[in-house]
Amino acid sequence: MSLLELRRIARTRKPPAIEVVVASTFLVALLAAALVPTLFTQLDPLDAQISDSLQGPSAEHWFGTDQSGRDVFARVVYGARYSLLVGFGASAIALVVGLVIGLVSGLSPKPVDAVIGRLIVIGMAFPEFLLALLVIAIIGAGEGSLVIAIALAAIPAYARVARSQTLVVRSSSYVRSATALGVPRFANIVRHVIPNTLGPLLVMATIGVGTAVVTAAGLSFLGLGPDAPTPEWGVILSEGRNLLDRAPWVAVFPGLIVTLTVICTSVVGRALQGRRNA
Amino acid sequence: MTDVERPAVGRRVGVRLLGYLGGMLLVIWGAATAGFLALKLVPGDPVEVMLGVNAQVSDETKAAIREDWGLNDPPLVQYLGYLGRLVRGDLGESYQLRQPVAEVIGAQLPATLALTGLAILLALLISLTTAFLVRGRWATRIVSTIELVLVSSPTFWIGLVLIAFFAFRLHWFPVTTNASFASLVLPAITLALPISGILSQVLRQGLVDAASQPFALTARARGLGYPALVARHTLRHAAADGLTLSAYILGTLLGGAVLVETVFGRAGLGRVTLRAVIDRDLPVVLGIIVVIAVAFAVINLLVDLAYERLDPRLRVQGKAA
Repeated sequence: MSLLELRRIARTRKPPAIEVVVASTFLVALLAAALVPTLFTQLDPLDAQISDSLQGPSAEHWFGTDQSGRDVFARVVYGARYSLLVGFGASAIALVVGLVIGLVSGLSPKPVDAVIGRLIVIGMAFPEFLLALLVIAIIGAGEGSLVIAIALAAIPAYARVARSQTLVVRSSSYVRSATALGVPRFANIVRHVIPNTLGPLLVMATIGVGTAVVTAAGLSFLGLGPDAPTPEWGVILSEGRNLLDRAPWVAVFPGLIVTLTVICTSVVGRALQGRRNA
Repeated sequence: MTDVERPAVGRRVGVRLLGYLGGMLLVIWGAATAGFLALKLVPGDPVEVMLGVNAQVSDETKAAIREDWGLNDPPLVQYLGYLGRLVRGDLGESYQLRQPVAEVIGAQLPATLALTGLAILLALLISLTTAFLVRGRWATRIVSTIELVLVSSPTFWIGLVLIAFFAFRLHWFPVTTNASFASLVLPAITLALPISGILSQVLRQGLVDAASQPFALTARARGLGYPALVARHTLRHAAADGLTLSAYILGTLLGGAVLVETVFGRAGLGRVTLRAVIDRDLPVVLGIIVVIAVAFAVINLLVDLAYERLDPRLRVQGKAA
């Protein structure tokens, strides 16, 4: 979304709905937790206190403790950094690569565009989670692999929107007028096509960050992400799986935070989408 | 449609079916080729991967294995050989299990089909019920919030919560086995919930859209009540919208099966996939890619045919085009 557009929205629209405010607040808090975890907890996410093992939620341990007596809340807070890094990183890579593919396809002659368009459709046919899983089969598991796999899996969706948006802008009256006035093709692309394509892609990416966070948590729940003691949401959930009979809180609370993150990105993303379309 | 036109339409259906089948084969071939290419890009020697890091095997043996597996042939020969075997239904042999991939997949297919089949039935049941019953401002708000939560929740977390509550606290269901039908219920619900979230969203929206169409107004003017209107007219429209989700749902089921089978410790295709990904058992991975592509192609074919049955306008449009 361009700065101008944001300013126009800020000036002309009614104040955002209450759920959008709540969702944005949660996301800002999450971002703060990722940047400065000590704002939210003074406890060490890796500090094992065997004497405190498997305690239920209390004033001291909001989300209880796990098998080794580590504070689950602290682990979730520190996990925000990793999850958001994967979420933002993967979405950013997917957005940029998708934008480039979409631009190239949309600005190319018809046959080239048709081939790329076809490839995008085939890529879209595979669900992101499966695609990410298959990419990991090929590049191997690990922390970096998660970002690459999730980014690769998300590219087709961004490329599709970038392509269709490029086609729309390219044939719009103002671009044709600019061309008629002798504006060079490259300047047209930079000044008109890219800014107008970026808007919808950024809205997509807002929701995409949430999707990427869940996918990352799912993959590392399966043991394909960082190794066990790392405070990462999927890892915490997978530790919690074996404690469900004795200490359900180890799995329930972190999952709740993952779910809230996705809900909030959806709410904010939909609100942005609605404003764009309005 | 007059009698004179019918044979022509019949021929066209035949031609279209051929087109659909051609499209199916193209998608399957594309997936198989993409998979083959991707595997050729894998760093490392497949023989080393197959034997594992710790294996004490002489270089001669490795060379013999390489020769046996045709890994010394030029890539094009390998590719054509691979396609040839694929046509005969031969998916190769697993590096790790030393079994034909088709057998490995075939052995796990029934468990996963039972799980996903029950899940899709439950999802249809839930979403049709909400689509039918939910009307009015407040009910719609509450239900759409629940839908958002269901769609946003990680599948495996839903599973964990269900186990914690229904298996450990209430003891209604066994925790983790493949043994009985009861052990299928929680995993199927886990898989069904996110799908019913999105399906009921789409069905409800479809019903609302269809209800504002002229034919719905006419029907209401004839004195048709709302339930009858839905049953006879608008549900058809909403179902067409629901059908567009088929591929998405299939993907969610397949991806979800990997997670759900892990959460519940069930055997199945998902577990095989995960095992193959972790062990980098590439022939199995490739086999699974092909099977998934076939599933997608079949679903798309069925959806296209179902569209025509649901919406007569499409048949007419097809003729005009």
